[in-house]
Amino acid sequence: MSEFVTRRSVLAGAGAGAALTTLPISMVTLAFGGEREDFTFTYISDAHIQQIKGASFVRNWDQGLKRAVAEANLVRPESDFVIFGGDLAQLGKREELDHGAEMLSKLKGRLHAVMGEHDYYLDLGDYWSKLYGPHYYSFDHKGVHFVVLNSILTSEQWTFHRWPTAEQRMLEMAGLDNPNGSPFMVGDKQRKWLANDLAKLDKKTPLVVFSHSPLQKIYKGWNFWTDDAEEVQALLAPFDSVNVIYGHVHQIQYNQIGNISFNSVMATAWPWPYPQSYAQAESHLPVLTIPMNRADPFFERDATGWQLIDMGSGRVTARYQLWDNDQRTVAFDHKAGHPVDVAYQEPTQRRLPQNQY
Amino acid sequence: MAVRKRAATMLAAMLSLSNAGFANVGFAGVAVAEPLGLPPVPIPPDNPQSSDKIALGNRLFHDLRFSSDGAVACATCHKDDHAFTDSPLRTSEGIRASDGIGKKTGTRNAPTIINSAYFTTLFWDGRSASLEDQSQHPFLNPVEMGLATHEPILAIARTDPFYVELFKKAFGKTGDGVTMEEVKKAIAAYERTIVSADSPFDHWRFGHQENAISEAAKRGFEVFVGQGRCVSCHVIEQDQALFTDNRFHNIGVGINRAQFDVPRLSAEFLTAKAKGADVDKAVLTDPKTSELGRFAVTDQFDVIGAFKTPTLRNVAVTAPYMHDGSLRTLKDVVKHYNNGGRSEGDPAQVNDYLSGGIRPLNLTEQQMDDLVAFMETLTTPAYFGAKTR
Repeated sequence: MSEFVTRRSVLAGAGAGAALTTLPISMVTLAFGGEREDFTFTYISDAHIQQIKGASFVRNWDQGLKRAVAEANLVRPESDFVIFGGDLAQLGKREELDHGAEMLSKLKGRLHAVMGEHDYYLDLGDYWSKLYGPHYYSFDHKGVHFVVLNSILTSEQWTFHRWPTAEQRMLEMAGLDNPNGSPFMVGDKQRKWLANDLAKLDKKTPLVVFSHSPLQKIYKGWNFWTDDAEEVQALLAPFDSVNVIYGHVHQIQYNQIGNISFNSVMATAWPWPYPQSYAQAESHLPVLTIPMNRADPFFERDATGWQLIDMGSGRVTARYQLWDNDQRTVAFDHKAGHPVDVAYQEPTQRRLPQNQY
Repeated sequence: MAVRKRAATMLAAMLSLSNAGFANVGFAGVAVAEPLGLPPVPIPPDNPQSSDKIALGNRLFHDLRFSSDGAVACATCHKDDHAFTDSPLRTSEGIRASDGIGKKTGTRNAPTIINSAYFTTLFWDGRSASLEDQSQHPFLNPVEMGLATHEPILAIARTDPFYVELFKKAFGKTGDGVTMEEVKKAIAAYERTIVSADSPFDHWRFGHQENAISEAAKRGFEVFVGQGRCVSCHVIEQDQALFTDNRFHNIGVGINRAQFDVPRLSAEFLTAKAKGADVDKAVLTDPKTSELGRFAVTDQFDVIGAFKTPTLRNVAVTAPYMHDGSLRTLKDVVKHYNNGGRSEGDPAQVNDYLSGGIRPLNLTEQQMDDLVAFMETLTTPAYFGAKTR
């Protein structure tokens, strides 16, 4: 814990700048391939802005997003753009999306948004589109091809024919371990678009794919899962360097499947799992099935945060800015061929990424 | 007052001598327990206590000559009879305007020396790791003692007969052998004797004397450990209480008003620091830079506007409050927390960098008054008469 200060940490802090967020200028150098430049971008995700009623919103979630935006604006040199990783709203309401959008509007950098299920299942992304445009798209930046997918779709039957109201549909999808839920998927239509989008690219082009849900299968009950993950991975497989960054899981995960590196990002709202131990005030947390033992529940922001993503090597280095906790960095290890947490490299502490799922 | 002052200091000195590992003469045979409510004073292995060293540190601490105008000692802002903090209103780790050094004032409220022996970092932003290290900085700060170098101190320490004698006895050193190392160690050794507890609260909580504190204070204690959420940072243990977690928190004091300047201030500060600016001078002489708090030390956005949790012992006699001395009464402080980190006169919004531990508490007037009553039980008898305002 960075705040449990020891003499050593004081001295380190007083030294040549321990900050991860304030990059030394020298880091902006020519990078992978020679013609492209190193750059960073900011990643904020899972704000879950929640209306209580009228102009009243859950203060805790508001504070998380506000703090991430304020800190992201302090990064020097400025990062090139900002990704918001989905779940801006809690129940897809216009009021929630508007309230969140107003906070995001304070960001200095160009914003690219990813669709989350909490943004989608009330009006199927209609109002979100008015704010942020198409549900899936791609763009190029300094030699890297970026793809934004809407990975939280599900079957036609579940989406259009199962629920009497849009509100109920939204609530069913927002639940965990809900037998009425349905697994996420990218879907045929979008996969065709993706194949087309990638067809024109040189296979050496570094690819970064943003999705809300993991494009790998981790835990179905909480939709830490994308049902057609293998088919999406097959489309990405021909490329030398592929990085998938996803939100949704509210915890740090990293993995390598073939040529594809996976990094998750933290939420600004709450961590999964989360303890129920501190209940003096109404918590507004979704009902939980697994207790969490690592966050300090006194500090509402503990185990939440935001990320600065460094593309220096053509691979992702995720610098996690974790409030009331240690900063962490997960970087691609070119020798090992997979992402590693740079702070946990002792052989006895190492956890190898899974090779199967 | 003088008599009580000496009694308090002597008591503190004697009490600290009972530490495990403290093996010196001078007070031989005095076996006094730690004051009720405190753990053993941690003594660094490279600076063991001795009565000569403590006496030397005491003299150095009170010596007015170690300042640019010969009028300011450590004790100017850490007054023995003011519970080792300073006199009224906004002053500093610096000095009152009326006290000289070009009539400059610092940006921060002088913290008390009492129980600083237990702190794991020193200064409001923790930029110093030990009492030894801390003691050298105020001599050179332009709004504190204002010396250009430490040389004038050493010149006196090497020639003044009292110092010559004591440096020899305490460290076995004379002449050029006396350096700032010895000066720092002596001052730190003295400060480690300024410990105090044994308050009515301690007699109630740890001595189990039911009548040691009032019913209001007992109710206040329940608020303190419950709905008030105070104890999460102002820590009370099973058998002792330091009332601090030694961590840094943005609680909305100072930074609320400076919040709109943070983007400019943080960028300017980092640029200046990269070019070698002196953090100590920057944070004490520029009021707005001062509000960056712990960030100025670690460069981490996480601790923008964050300051060290102070002890609450003797808090009733050490007004004004907070790192900038901006709150006048304990009730004002309680209201600030009850509002979720906002005081009257602050902008409508709390600052964006606020600690996740701070939120509106919904305390009643009665609960807030009880909390104040509780804090008033934390005064050590030796300081009952001390008041900084």
